[in-house]
Amino acid sequence: MDKMPKWADVVLIPLISLVLAAILSALVILAIGENPIEAVNLMVTGALGSTYGWGYTLYYATNFMFTGLAVAVAFHARLFNIGGEGQAMLGGLGVAMVCLYIDWPHWSIALLAACVGSALFGAMWAAIPAYLQAKRGSHIVITTIMFNFIAAAFLNYMLVNVMRPQGSQDPATARFPETVHLPTFQSMFSTAENALFRGAPANISFFVALLACVAVWALIWRTRLGYEIRAYGHSETGAVYAGISPVRITIIAMLISGGLAGMMAINNVMGEAERLVLNSTEGAGFIGIAVALMGRSHPFGVFLAAILFGFLYQGGAELALWTSIPRELIVVIQALVILFTGALDNMVRMPLEKLFLSLRKGAQ
Amino acid sequence: MTLMKSLMGAAAAVALTAGAALAEPALIFDLGGKFDKSFNEAAHNGAQRWADETGGSYREIELQSEAQREQALRRFAEAGLNPIITMGFAMADPLSAVAGDYPDTKFVAVDVNWLDAPNIRQIGFAEHEGSYLVGMMAAMASESGTVGFIGGMDIPLIRHFGCGYAQGAKAVNPDIEVVANMTGTTPAAWNDPVKGSELTKAQISQGADVIYAAAGGTGVGVLQTAADEGILSIGVDSNQNHLHPGKVLTSMLKRVDVAVYDAMKAGENLETGVFAMGLAEEGVGVAMDDNNASLVSDEMKGAVDKARQDIIDGNVTVTSYYENDSCPALQF
Repeated sequence: MDKMPKWADVVLIPLISLVLAAILSALVILAIGENPIEAVNLMVTGALGSTYGWGYTLYYATNFMFTGLAVAVAFHARLFNIGGEGQAMLGGLGVAMVCLYIDWPHWSIALLAACVGSALFGAMWAAIPAYLQAKRGSHIVITTIMFNFIAAAFLNYMLVNVMRPQGSQDPATARFPETVHLPTFQSMFSTAENALFRGAPANISFFVALLACVAVWALIWRTRLGYEIRAYGHSETGAVYAGISPVRITIIAMLISGGLAGMMAINNVMGEAERLVLNSTEGAGFIGIAVALMGRSHPFGVFLAAILFGFLYQGGAELALWTSIPRELIVVIQALVILFTGALDNMVRMPLEKLFLSLRKGAQ
Repeated sequence: MTLMKSLMGAAAAVALTAGAALAEPALIFDLGGKFDKSFNEAAHNGAQRWADETGGSYREIELQSEAQREQALRRFAEAGLNPIITMGFAMADPLSAVAGDYPDTKFVAVDVNWLDAPNIRQIGFAEHEGSYLVGMMAAMASESGTVGFIGGMDIPLIRHFGCGYAQGAKAVNPDIEVVANMTGTTPAAWNDPVKGSELTKAQISQGADVIYAAAGGTGVGVLQTAADEGILSIGVDSNQNHLHPGKVLTSMLKRVDVAVYDAMKAGENLETGVFAMGLAEEGVGVAMDDNNASLVSDEMKGAVDKARQDIIDGNVTVTSYYENDSCPALQF
């Protein structure tokens, strides 16, 4: 029998954690002499108070959904993929090649091809650590993080020496042609009188991310492969006894994970920048770990956690724009939320469980 | 519809007058952050000097992500801030997208000189010319016949620095060996003094006895290790001679602070167009002060002064790395 009702587990614990993080953040803001209520107000109105704010929040959330899902799929096979950053960088390279070197008649076809290209490149980058883990027992945490550095060096080489337009000082590719520009929320939802999402980078790849959430849910809980991944994740020996090949599951789970991380590039490279810049991933691969932890590796949880992190990013940008809170402290606030919702989960859970147990005893 | 229009018009007018009343300048730092001991910090110093002198205030933001570039430009422009000063070549692309939408706002782009927009003041520094001069000094100070260059992130801009340096060194001594290393390929390379220190030791073991650091915060480690190991170093961007008096040969000055100060001082009436900040404009140069006086011989000083004049007069041309993405004096 469960110690707590389900609603408490799903809603109450994250909410209390968030409130605790908010209180600590408020103290931090007070300590540097700014007004915390004003700061919260700025963050909420800046990130959620207008379609413009939502446009940025959802843009960041789209990135985090892809990388969060990537980490979550690997988690189900008890593999800790912290190489999402490098896989997303390579995904960006895939998108850039698809968009620059092939003539596309329409963005929709280009989007499909970019999805395939980015997923292929991301999966390719995850394949080597996966092989080393499956066949040679090299720990996936070590190899994936090393591959982040190799990816950064490789991307740098490609952008500085190969793909940079002649004479340009910026280490970036040329702009993608007009035909492969993805429709933004602004062009999709604005009417003539009423401009919505003005200037915001959210674009159609948000819906691709939603589809990916559904697809991952179906994969993990509704297919034989998903069952094998979960079985392997729960107990390797049990899985082997049931005839599941650890090598096969390790490699397949990592390929899916790398592919999802790579697909982030359709949002930030194809949708937002419309060219590949050196610093395109900017840590989203690592945020994906926090998103997957907070979302308990469930696609719906990942979706919610990604929105929360999108809010923190856009709210943080508004704070940086209109207050003199230094950006390091904005990172501290973001870190406090991760700490409380991810790492200090049990701190809230245990007293709450006791409380519910004693309430139940009292009722009996 | 007409009501809507007049309402919008009124709102726009209010926004405009509000903007005119405010008209604070804004400063957008690049991803390195404002305390990077180098490029962005120089801008911060310039802005601070303006604020101290005039008692004015300015808005600033340290960017955290690529998507914020355009966002910060638009938000500041819509808030009526003027002029809006941006740092770094990476702002060129968002600026070209945004500047046309806000014709009444003046933008300043430091390290950009190739845009075509009427309301942007573009400031390009001739880093290769300044680096050429410090390269000459390095070659004259070197006893081993080997000088070193340590760059930050491996991007064309830093190769541009290294290329001028190598040309200057070879102008003094055609047989000189120039050892060049880059710290890394990620933005972390701008702030990695430990790696800077390791690279310095590696270059010393290859015989280098003067090392030029163009690496932001990483350069702090280069200068420190060079001083500890008893060789000479050359600072960059700001005057870093004072960090280790008597151990830093000179610093290649890039007067970003002056550019920012001038822009803020001119305010809304800022002149736009492309401004080249070379040796003639004193946008770049070499730092001479009490801290390095004992290291700089009269012969060295004379040679540098002559070369500066020759470059200004056009008798000597320093090839820019950008011209054909390669360097005549150094292989990267």
